[in-house]
Amino acid sequence: MRRLRAAKDKAARYLMLGIGIFTILLLLVIGLSLFFKALPIMREKNLWVLLSSADWKPFKGDFGFLPFILSTFYVSLIAIIIALPFSILTSIYLNSYASKNVRRFFEPVIDLLSGIPPVIYGVWGTLTIVPLIANTIAPRFVEFSSGYTVLAGGVVLAVMIIPLLISIMVEVFRSIPKEMTDASLSMGATKWQTVKKVILRKSISGIIAATVLALSRAFGETMAVLMVCGNTAKIPHSIFDAGYPLPALIANNYGEMLSMPSYESALMLSAFLLFIIVVLFNGLSRFTLNQIERRYQF
Amino acid sequence: MISTNQHTVSSYTNSFIGMDEAITLKKLIANQSIRIENLDVFIEDQHILKDVNLTIPEKSITCIIGPSGCGKSTFLKTLNRMHDESPEVKISGKVFVDDENIYGPHVNVIDTRKKMGLLAQRPCPLPMSIFDNVAYGPRIHGIKRRKAINQTVIQYLQYVGLWDEVRDRVRKSATRLSIGQQQRLCLARGLAIEPEYILGDEATSALDPLSTKKIEELFVKLKEKYTIILVTHTLRQAKRIADHIIFMYLGKIIEAGPTEEFFNNPKKQLTRDYLSGSFS
Repeated sequence: MRRLRAAKDKAARYLMLGIGIFTILLLLVIGLSLFFKALPIMREKNLWVLLSSADWKPFKGDFGFLPFILSTFYVSLIAIIIALPFSILTSIYLNSYASKNVRRFFEPVIDLLSGIPPVIYGVWGTLTIVPLIANTIAPRFVEFSSGYTVLAGGVVLAVMIIPLLISIMVEVFRSIPKEMTDASLSMGATKWQTVKKVILRKSISGIIAATVLALSRAFGETMAVLMVCGNTAKIPHSIFDAGYPLPALIANNYGEMLSMPSYESALMLSAFLLFIIVVLFNGLSRFTLNQIERRYQF
Repeated sequence: MISTNQHTVSSYTNSFIGMDEAITLKKLIANQSIRIENLDVFIEDQHILKDVNLTIPEKSITCIIGPSGCGKSTFLKTLNRMHDESPEVKISGKVFVDDENIYGPHVNVIDTRKKMGLLAQRPCPLPMSIFDNVAYGPRIHGIKRRKAINQTVIQYLQYVGLWDEVRDRVRKSATRLSIGQQQRLCLARGLAIEPEYILGDEATSALDPLSTKKIEELFVKLKEKYTIILVTHTLRQAKRIADHIIFMYLGKIIEAGPTEEFFNNPKKQLTRDYLSGSFS
């Protein structure tokens, strides 16, 4: 009897270990399979040329990925630049100023926002943001813009990641001990001084972690961005030019690539690039976070 | 960084005495007293403090004792209006600080808090360096001159006996200090806003005996210049350092008086029971 229990205990342990390892292996398997699928095009062409060329003519055999890589970065960057101040200020308000009732109303609504399917954000972007840019914003800066732009992609993406950022940051701010803000207030600091000098300072690493998570999501977001971005394989020279991020490239062309082996391999390379960008980015940010925590161990 | 600080020390050592005296003078001129009239405090529907009437003598140590949950900490928070941060707390009555009712209509809460240096139960350094912790008060109150800030920081770190222990790492994080050192840092930080009163909310309950002794000695030293009000859990501590005792029970003040009289000749039965340990 006792033996059986011990055996069960052991079995459970190894089963869970196995499942855990499997989950990690999955990441490796996805990476490797993308890599091997992308190998033919990397053998055929110089990798550096693939990455730095802006020529994308699949039927002539030109595969330059630079417009897609740049579009991905531009759209994500615009999104985070818009989203960060919004979400930091909102979560500070919710944490330090809002009454219980306001908070009780806000928090479920924000959770709801992050549950809306991307395609709905895409439709909203097409109907609202795109005409707004084409008719009102762009004419002030450039001669012509269709509205389907990097900026539109960035704005829609920003709206999508704001709920995510807010719900993480509210947790980050909530984890600051009340004694600490009380210490500042009891010395006669105003709420705003306390926010600036104590709360933001204490939560800087949390804010960075939230930003990284949101950016990783932004890199990979496909549907909503695809619908408003214009999808032209050219390097965007201003925020009022059309862009073509990597996920949109894959999603748009996945059906037709099958007839051309090098095209298929090129698309796999773009998937692999996206994969590498996200992994590298995560690793890099983990490293920076460690550095920050070590240097400012407060 | 460090070398400039040491330089500042030597160049300012002489001016310390002058500055200290100036503070003493300021404190002597001000009429320091706290007078409380008909104070009632409610938290939601609970009646926490019941009709408190009290005068706290200046330039001495007043200890508030009583079993847990009797309203000691709530009372302390009414003195620097920290209840303002909790909307569920309702306060009625008058609290006169320097002859001004701090719950009056035109009182600026920041001015009130600036008069009160608070020492919390557990030391809570702000997320910045040792130096910046002490400089925090002067900076938020608008002092920008670097020399003046340097001088203040060093002065108060010396005052609490921390300067020699931390002089080579004042730019390092405050959280690496021992808990006793942290509490002395918090005291220095509170003193740096140049308050008139010092409030201690069981300020030694998290500390080891040696650190407790250091803080107690500081309180005794500080009462020459400041009016000190301490909430304490330990009767022995009250006996050791208090000049006056206030005994609270279930939100009421049962008995108040000079320490010796209070301990040797308590007037109320409840006080006698508490002192003999019948309840705690």
